[in-house]
Amino acid sequence: MTVQELPGAAAYRPTPPPAWKPLTDPAPLLPDAEPYRVLGTDAAADADPALLLRLYTELVRGRRYNAQATALTKQGRLAVYPSSTGQEACEIAAALVLEEQDWLFPSYRDTLAAVARGLDPVEALTLLRGDRHTGYDPREHRIAPLCTPLATQLPHAVGLAHAARLKGDDVVALAMVGDGGTSEGDFHEALNFAAVWRAPVVFFVQNNGFAISVPLAKQTAAPSLAHKAIGYGMPGRLVDGNDAAAVHQVLGEAVSRARRGEGPTLVEAVTYRMEAHTNADDATRYRVDSEVEAWRAHDPIRLMERELTGRGLLDEGGIVAAKEAADVMAAGLRERMNADPVLDPMSLFTHVYAEQTEQLREQAARLRVELDAEHDQHDDDPEERR
Amino acid sequence: MTTAAAVPGTQSGKAKPATMAQALGRALRDSMAEDPSVHVLGEDVGTLGGVFRITDGLAKEFGDDRCTDTPLAEAGILGAAVGMAMYGLRPVVEMQFDAFAYPAFEQLISHVAKMRNRTRGAMPLPITVRVPYGGGIGGVEHHSDSSEAYYMATPGLHVVTPATVDDAYGLLRASIASDDPVIFLEPKRLYWSKAAWSPEAPAPVEPIGRAVVRRSGRSATLITYGPSLPVCLEAAEAAVAEGWDLEVVDLRSLVPFDDETVAASVRRTGRAVVVHESSGFGGPGGEIAARVTERCFHHLEAPVLRVAGFDIPYPAPMLERHHLPGVDRVLDAVARLQWEADS
Ligand SMILES: Cc1ncc(C[n+]2csc(CCOP(=O)(O)OP(=O)(O)O)c2C)c(N)n1
Repeated sequence: MTVQELPGAAAYRPTPPPAWKPLTDPAPLLPDAEPYRVLGTDAAADADPALLLRLYTELVRGRRYNAQATALTKQGRLAVYPSSTGQEACEIAAALVLEEQDWLFPSYRDTLAAVARGLDPVEALTLLRGDRHTGYDPREHRIAPLCTPLATQLPHAVGLAHAARLKGDDVVALAMVGDGGTSEGDFHEALNFAAVWRAPVVFFVQNNGFAISVPLAKQTAAPSLAHKAIGYGMPGRLVDGNDAAAVHQVLGEAVSRARRGEGPTLVEAVTYRMEAHTNADDATRYRVDSEVEAWRAHDPIRLMERELTGRGLLDEGGIVAAKEAADVMAAGLRERMNADPVLDPMSLFTHVYAEQTEQLREQAARLRVELDAEHDQHDDDPEERR
Repeated sequence: MTTAAAVPGTQSGKAKPATMAQALGRALRDSMAEDPSVHVLGEDVGTLGGVFRITDGLAKEFGDDRCTDTPLAEAGILGAAVGMAMYGLRPVVEMQFDAFAYPAFEQLISHVAKMRNRTRGAMPLPITVRVPYGGGIGGVEHHSDSSEAYYMATPGLHVVTPATVDDAYGLLRASIASDDPVIFLEPKRLYWSKAAWSPEAPAPVEPIGRAVVRRSGRSATLITYGPSLPVCLEAAEAAVAEGWDLEVVDLRSLVPFDDETVAASVRRTGRAVVVHESSGFGGPGGEIAARVTERCFHHLEAPVLRVAGFDIPYPAPMLERHHLPGVDRVLDAVARLQWEADS
């Protein structure tokens, strides 16, 4: 029975707004059955060699960054680090696909995307070191603060993209979220808003198999996370998240689509988290080594290396050069992170309100007295003075 | 049920009776006309003009892009407002009723209240969240909550609540102009309270954070705000017969809190009662009483008393008059201020 045949159905038909076009054929919105791939397929022949080489260098740097940051947690220089090892292709493509004026809305795992977009590696880590909630000025790099509560950054991306379009600016927002985050209400509200407003947003799900310990099968009953798009009236795309060229192409198409005013896209990248959730997590409690090993064969750097060497675009010298450049970056990061951050306790009160309230002024004065007393005590203490 | 008594307003030559709802609508209109970055968004705010008609005519005058009917999703509305503010707009969000703001609490507490602090001042969020609140209108469940304590407990938010037609206009203009997020609590049972008010020459915009003495007196201070102000003014008049000369302080802003005006009043009178609709336990009155005690201990002739709603989920409409603090309960508390006589 069609809608028209239902008794009284006509009364329920909404009055379409002027620009409204009924979705007669949802097929173009549906994702492919298999994740889209470029590397190792015929599609690779069309890929720009310069782009592939750029992606490769960034992947190597990214892997090294993850390793260095994880090492810093072991040395007590970093409180916590959620590694994106194995997911570098997603991180790098997300950063490289955006124009300068575009905005990135990362989750807590996406430090690497922020760094690849040009953020100072140390500034990107201050949240995780614990000295500041956000190390950087979001407007300077057009990177929203790394977001800890799951999926809450997604409606922000929609609002910002919507505001930019209202102002007539050419700005696209790319918002990143994990597979677990797609179950949150904010994910659904953001997708719905974006589709209704035709906001220039790209939602980018990194499906890395787990939300801490919970596998995807316990997170959703959908055929894929990309399929969720169709219910909101936007296209869903499925891509191999370890194939940097494929992720770059699919995200690039989604960004162009948004830029042309055709509205949002949901992209799901199928990838795998090679490390534990964070350095504080024990992944052996919820997954087996054989699964991790199987994904190692599909490593994003290996995939790219194979493609580039196979086509004679990269040789042993190039591989070594990329590795050395990454080591230099890591050494710099290590050195700078080994310096203790200097923090002013009085700054606790500086950015609560535009104008400090009387209550905060009183509390600041109390802290000032405490700090002065501490200082005097140290002056009196010969141990301290030495 | 306590009905809204006449509330004071400006007595100027051009002034005609206006409702609080009209003054609020006018404040939105004037803010939008003055500043193109002001955008109104929420459920039913466009064509319908909001369920209380506060936004009536805005979509027509400024277009759908400036006064937007959103999908029905409070977290989405406030979350989108965060992004809009990040890009330099000044969103004014309407939450349809007090209890329907709760789905947006995650956005409010985790982002709206913290973004300035988190980004060390780089990214202030000038968002105004208008919340019709409180009871006394015979609403069914979820339409009468007094949620101010939740907002007050969240650093980074301003919490403002007008009780007069003048303040409705002035404080809303100031809230929208503020570079900080403001929870603007509208006492919905005062929406139709009238006062002489001149839309052509509205009262000057009051800064946020200053309380005002609505009635001077010598024997005790009633500290109140929003929907309970008319109750307190009525009680003060009734108390004259009992020989009490009560001072009434209207807080207008719960955050920031005007300790100075409140403490000065209590030092003069030596006695104080805090009056509000919201539940007493863990409610605003506890905070206010503690602040008054800390500042005025040696001036106090009696403990600071609270007259508040019961510690119960907001009752069904046919019982709400038993829950809401009315004139008699205020007078009863005033009588209990004769502490020396009892002890
Ligand atoms: C609203 C919220 N609930 C719970 C958490 C705690 N938490 C942090 S990460 C995480 C799992 C997230 O998994 P996923 O979205 O798949 O992202 P991934 O960590 O795999 O990148 C949880 C439950 C949180 N950060 N936010």
